[in-house]
Amino acid sequence: MNARQAFRLGEGGRIDRHRTLGFTFDGRRYEGHPGDTLASALLANGVRVVGRSSKFHRPRGVLSCGAEEPNALVCVGQGGLEEPNVRATQQPLYEGLVARSQNCWPNVNFDLWRWIDVLHGLFPAGFYNKTFIWPSWRWYEGLIRRAAGLGDLPPAPDPENYAQRNAHYDVLVCGAGPAGLSAALAAAETGQRVMLVEQDTELGGSLLWNTAQIAGRSPDEWLAEVKSRLAAYDNLIVLTNACVSAYFDHDLALIEERVSDGRAAETRAPRERLWKVHAREFVFATGAIEQPLVFPYNDRPGIMLSGAVRQYLERFAVVSGKRVVLATNNDSAYCTALALLDAGISVECVVDTRAGIRSAVSEQVRARGIAVLDGCIPAKTSGAKGISAIEIRRVDSRQNQERGPVASLNCDCLAMSGGWQPAVHLLSQARGRLRYDGQLGAFLPQELPKNIRVVGAAAGEVPPCLRATVTASPGRQWIDFQHDVTLQDIGIAVDEGFGSIEHLKRYTTTGMSVDQGKTSNLNALAALAERSGRPPEQIGTTTFRPFYMPVTLAALAGSQSGEFYAPSQRSPIYGCHEQLNAEIRDYGSWRRPAAYPRQGESTAEAIRREALAARNAVALFDGSPLGKIEVRGRDAAEFLNRVYVNQVPTLKSGQARYGIMLNENGVVIDDGIFAKLEEGHFLVHTTSGAAARIYAWLEEWSQSEWPQLDLLLTPVTSQWANIAVSGPAARALLQRLPADIDWSAEKFPHMHIRSGSICAVPARVMRASFTGEVSFEVNVPADFGASLWERLLELGADLGVTPIGVETLMLLRTEKGYMHVGTDTDGNTCALDVGWAAAVEKKSADFIGKRSLMRPNNVRERRFQLVGLLPQERGREVVAGAHVLNEEHRSAPAPTQGYVTSACFSPTLDRWVALGLVCNGRKRMGERVNLFHAGAIQPAIVTAVGAYDPESRRLHA
Amino acid sequence: MLRIDCPWCGIRDEQEFVCGGEAQILRPAEPQQVSDAQWSDYLFNRRNHKGRQHERWQHRYGCRQWFNLVRDTHTHRIFAVYRVSDPPPDLGGAVSE
Repeated sequence: MNARQAFRLGEGGRIDRHRTLGFTFDGRRYEGHPGDTLASALLANGVRVVGRSSKFHRPRGVLSCGAEEPNALVCVGQGGLEEPNVRATQQPLYEGLVARSQNCWPNVNFDLWRWIDVLHGLFPAGFYNKTFIWPSWRWYEGLIRRAAGLGDLPPAPDPENYAQRNAHYDVLVCGAGPAGLSAALAAAETGQRVMLVEQDTELGGSLLWNTAQIAGRSPDEWLAEVKSRLAAYDNLIVLTNACVSAYFDHDLALIEERVSDGRAAETRAPRERLWKVHAREFVFATGAIEQPLVFPYNDRPGIMLSGAVRQYLERFAVVSGKRVVLATNNDSAYCTALALLDAGISVECVVDTRAGIRSAVSEQVRARGIAVLDGCIPAKTSGAKGISAIEIRRVDSRQNQERGPVASLNCDCLAMSGGWQPAVHLLSQARGRLRYDGQLGAFLPQELPKNIRVVGAAAGEVPPCLRATVTASPGRQWIDFQHDVTLQDIGIAVDEGFGSIEHLKRYTTTGMSVDQGKTSNLNALAALAERSGRPPEQIGTTTFRPFYMPVTLAALAGSQSGEFYAPSQRSPIYGCHEQLNAEIRDYGSWRRPAAYPRQGESTAEAIRREALAARNAVALFDGSPLGKIEVRGRDAAEFLNRVYVNQVPTLKSGQARYGIMLNENGVVIDDGIFAKLEEGHFLVHTTSGAAARIYAWLEEWSQSEWPQLDLLLTPVTSQWANIAVSGPAARALLQRLPADIDWSAEKFPHMHIRSGSICAVPARVMRASFTGEVSFEVNVPADFGASLWERLLELGADLGVTPIGVETLMLLRTEKGYMHVGTDTDGNTCALDVGWAAAVEKKSADFIGKRSLMRPNNVRERRFQLVGLLPQERGREVVAGAHVLNEEHRSAPAPTQGYVTSACFSPTLDRWVALGLVCNGRKRMGERVNLFHAGAIQPAIVTAVGAYDPESRRLHA
Repeated sequence: MLRIDCPWCGIRDEQEFVCGGEAQILRPAEPQQVSDAQWSDYLFNRRNHKGRQHERWQHRYGCRQWFNLVRDTHTHRIFAVYRVSDPPPDLGGAVSE
């Protein structure tokens, strides 16, 4: 044997001995070969303790050889490439791999948290719920989070790419063992498009380690021939390193393919690729998972699944120990015993829970001079950092009671087999029905969906077994290695009334860790059956849900991260804002200027300057994101009359109106200006954030409820650039433009729309205002927006023209008392709460939400209504969200009377002004209230909305 | 992930669609004439049926047309798709599969 790899055999295995790969684990250097997994390389180097359990910090070694591994979870990679909770049993070894252990401090061999294990009696099942309730859970949370759990988040963002791909196939075969390979071949021969997916690095499944002949040939010969036949079909695609992790409705499979793990720098390929595959038919050839035996102290390093011991031996030429004891309840462990004997390893004995066993393989083992202790079970193991001795007792399988000791042996490896559970997870996700088979001690497929087949070990081709446990022993017997759930915990749960499998799972957390109970669900179920005296088939199993294996979040996100997380929109004038060094922020999906701070100016100072310019000179506001929908047709007026609270038929061509829309519950969902361009042709403006939503809303009503109306809806938001020119000098500025529009107050009054041309470009101008000043919203085709913006800045230089951002506009509209739907209203605010009672009263025709305004809840007392709030300390900040209290209440707790919805310091009025939703607000004008925020109060007076220019003289100027 | 056969565009993934809930909710022709109870029934009460259900869907990221389909709310199987202007299809006796 190689001195460096003391547990590696001199020959055999599917590893490339000509090349050596260096890697480190917990800072120590080791060597392995191409073809190794991290687990096989660690075992080859005699590394036994690879992790600590999540609750008791018990030292743990490699248990399995595949996806089911509960113990050997390590952190692989460094920096942004670091990945926690990697199963060492599935991680291919590569040159320079860096791995470290988890959930221990300072290291895995000397873990200062191990005191928790000494005190394990204090932490039985449900101890969280019972223990940490005083003074409060939060008091303990920090410590417990540090002590428990697995793995840490990587310290930096992952720099690599994750791809996603959609595909459609006729047949998807999951698993490329002998059954899956045969199925794929058969399907490919029919000419169908086939995808074969294998989670291992190589095709073959059990052929990679099972030396038994298949179809009269050696596994290698058979595999080589099948592979070459598969390669001839161009209607077949094969994925390795890929796991079908989920099956969703309508035959969608989610496959996580590890493409360039740890080698992306060389390959420029994505780290992983997430496949979303629709297939007409599925073949689940997912194999079976060997289950542990349950006996006292069955969790020590060196205690491994028997099949895993065989796989490490045959596939990696690694011996898991030099003195091996086997413990089993089925025939499969005897094959491991024979393989070990063939390799010259010392097999101490085979312990079999079944009495009087005389099967062919067991006879072969006996014939080689190995003692078979039938009707026996391990009763105790010892060894601090790994198993060193074992005590064996007789078990009466009918009563599951132990009798006297049979033998005590020294060993460094215990290979155990507690039976095989077919991997029916995907089938269960696909709503296939399972049944418990008492002979096999496992759940088998019973009813299959029409387009799903299950073949091979997954279909139940596994050896029969006999379940037995040592109930009388005081020693802890592990059910769930990862979550440290023991047989005793199951007993506590049953005693406390959590006897249903669903309750048991949640109370003890068995099967709820990263491995999702691949090696614990069945034993938990058997223990529950035994403890509660019910047969397993009556207990049933918990439902397997996606995902079968953990899926990297980055793979699910794919390219949708960072700037590609969500699409963003920019106005056609965006470039001008950038040139003006505007402070850009996100408003819904739009990237918009918040304000235009000058050199040395703060945002607040800029907002103040811009607001004063709008009040005293002229402001330019880029309103391009404003929602614009054209409504055309014979029934356009009738349609809008049904969706607006307003009277629409009385509107004349060229006129505009401020309107609100309700949902069917009477709640305000949007407001804005709508205008009649000509007979049968309207323009609807929505708030910027609601453009898509309101268009969809109008579409839904027109198509679903009133399809007989003659109507055409067209969203034109992005067709038009929209520049609001607002302020006392607005008219003077616009008159300087070459245009065929008469801007005078007489010819172009407030709330009118004009079409014409400006600078020889078609234009629509709406005289409407969100600032309270004279405002013209000038719309030109989007491509001309930027040049119009620049032209207006040039022409208005002497008039003090000033670009203003969204924050400034919000200040101006708050001063003026114009509500912002969604800010000054919430999901309960109806038309009556925002002062529209008279309009509703006047309109006889029906409209969406009208009937709901008569419902008792909408006409009751004590509704929150929109009012102005005038703070009595002019200079003291008012915070939106502050509660309104009655005057006699000066501190919390007190019944809330509503809350402040918008607040700003008005540079024009030289004071703070606010809007709010106040209980019965419209009947409380002039009443004194207190605004409560962060423990302090400030007196205020309830007023009508609109602190600035309440008579709207400036608006109509 | 449902696969929905849009009556205008053909089979597409669920993510191109939005669901508008149960179909065949009749808006009272004269809302002002119905009682509060009848109006509330229209607003709020739904069958929430386990089994075959008629639903409204919109192919929002496609043709933007609203249409109806019949889906089993338990198995997600879709039995029929029909246009707003079409009568509901006759699917035989069984309410649930």
